[in-house]
Amino acid sequence: MTDMTEVAITAPKRPGRLAEFWQYFSENRGAVIGMWTFAILVLLALLADFIAPHSATEQFREATLQPPVWQEGGSWTFPLGTDPLGRDMLSRLLYGARFSFFVGMVVVVIAATGGILLGLVAGFAPKWLDTVIMRLMDIILSFPSLLLALVLVAILGPSLLNAMIAISIVLQPHYVRLTRAAVINERTRDYVVSARVAGAKLPRLMFVTVLPNCLAPIIVQAALSFSNAILDVAALGFLGMGAQPPTPEWGTMLAEAREFILRAWWVVTLPGLAILITVLSINLMGDGLRDALDPKLKRS
Amino acid sequence: MLRFFISRLSTFFVTFVGVTLISFAFIRVIPGDPIIVMAGERGMSQERYEELSRQYGFDQPVLTQFWDYLTGVLQGDLGQSFVTKKPVWDEFFALFPATLELSLCAIILAIALGIPAGVIAAVNRGKFFDRALMSSALVGYSMPIFWWALLLIIVFSGNLGWTPVSGRMGLLYYFPTPTGFMLIDSLLSGQSGAFVSAVQHLILPTIVLATIPLAVIARQTRSAMLEVLSEDYIRTARAKGLKPWRINGLHALRNAMIPVITVIGLSVGTLLAGAILTETIFSWPGIGKWMVDSIFRRDYPVVQGGLLLVAVVVMIVNLIVDMLYGLINPRIRTRK
Repeated sequence: MTDMTEVAITAPKRPGRLAEFWQYFSENRGAVIGMWTFAILVLLALLADFIAPHSATEQFREATLQPPVWQEGGSWTFPLGTDPLGRDMLSRLLYGARFSFFVGMVVVVIAATGGILLGLVAGFAPKWLDTVIMRLMDIILSFPSLLLALVLVAILGPSLLNAMIAISIVLQPHYVRLTRAAVINERTRDYVVSARVAGAKLPRLMFVTVLPNCLAPIIVQAALSFSNAILDVAALGFLGMGAQPPTPEWGTMLAEAREFILRAWWVVTLPGLAILITVLSINLMGDGLRDALDPKLKRS
Repeated sequence: MLRFFISRLSTFFVTFVGVTLISFAFIRVIPGDPIIVMAGERGMSQERYEELSRQYGFDQPVLTQFWDYLTGVLQGDLGQSFVTKKPVWDEFFALFPATLELSLCAIILAIALGIPAGVIAAVNRGKFFDRALMSSALVGYSMPIFWWALLLIIVFSGNLGWTPVSGRMGLLYYFPTPTGFMLIDSLLSGQSGAFVSAVQHLILPTIVLATIPLAVIARQTRSAMLEVLSEDYIRTARAKGLKPWRINGLHALRNAMIPVITVIGLSVGTLLAGAILTETIFSWPGIGKWMVDSIFRRDYPVVQGGLLLVAVVVMIVNLIVDMLYGLINPRIRTRK
């Protein structure tokens, strides 16, 4: 008896969940680099009003297609050069970051909320309802995502908002499938059965008992769809079906600059580089999240 | 086994009807009357409007319309393009070989580079090669391919002048295209230089379209290999004194292939989505460009029919992959 109490006292305290998560996450150096890059990009986007040297839409007609400062003909007035209409590239890129992060966040929130709800319902519902929901998701998944998004935007009319709605619909089935699979896995576990026996009602079982234990794969999926949303919105903008000019959205900027690719490398290279760095930093974080949250890879 | 096939087939047909319903609904939910859109800016008389309404069946009850549409689809009748007045079915199959050729080249490139890259990374886990390969794979995976395409054009077409900017064939060559595959038709034509021109036109679009599947295959191969390499039978093989290439190449890779094959099957959707961007940038006359052009021209029957046919192609490939998977891996068959 005394032995047992001694053991209990001397056993090292288990680190908190967050501390444990951080320990695994920070082991992945790429993930930490990705996180810092992401944080800096978010900060730049938030502070665009203070950092940007010019407005995103002001046209300097005397300085069209001016190269970046380090190239001959460049000047500090326009550090990253100007576009064909004489707008400052740096300012447009900074304001463009706002659109990308905004789009990513809205899409993830809409797709995840809808997807988790449907997934929970499918996991707990009688078989016929489950079948109906999952067949619907199969149907959405039969269309290549970008094609379905394009057609939806053609129906709704080209705009940034409609592009976000379309991409949310396209990304949603992944959340439904993940949530449903996790719910079915958890539903028959002892702790759920005992909660049910203790008299917990269905909503409580769904949201309080089961959902928190299904979150790990969903969080990883959220990181993935954040970067997918940014890529897809940029692709729609590039095809002329997303944000409309003069919005400084990165994909739209690329589309506007296309005819100048052989004359002015910066109007094409810089917006694409901005997309790549943003998406890469999110994917690096996503890999770190997966390693930290996936219990199969945990060594303890 | 038979029950597995039947259950997959029945799912396929349910999804098919659903996909048909969505493409049927498309033309009825777009803002504006499709017949007025078809008339263009000149407008039309009331009699002509009613005549066209009857012709397209818009005066029938919706259920009758859907039934007619579904039976039409099953007989290969997807309506006519507003613009060219040709049947959508014929247009699709005239352009499909171009997309198929590009996609096949891309997936072959992705497999040919992705699997060795994944194996090399897994065998050298944590070392320089692993880090370099997996960093490149992550960059490829994060790549906005429309920008990647423009960069390649700047470097290889603009600066170096090695590859053409657009199209499938140089203007100097003209020959019949019985198969629709430029690589084959140019060889059949016997014109010197035609094949080289076809290859030159294919290089950049293939690289662009292969980028994301390549990254996905490399990452998947690496993680599947790592899982397999820690199994007991690999240790046994090592203890037996087998050569490392034999262990990695024969024992490990063969078992690591199952998840990789799934990923390859699933990349069909990615390829077709990528083809939309790639074909638009390189003016490649395939399905992707055709769909984008039709959306801009408001050629609704084409958008409707194209959407349906593309989905059916994806579904058929997924069905085949599922069935192959059931053949390879018996555990899948019994899983619900």
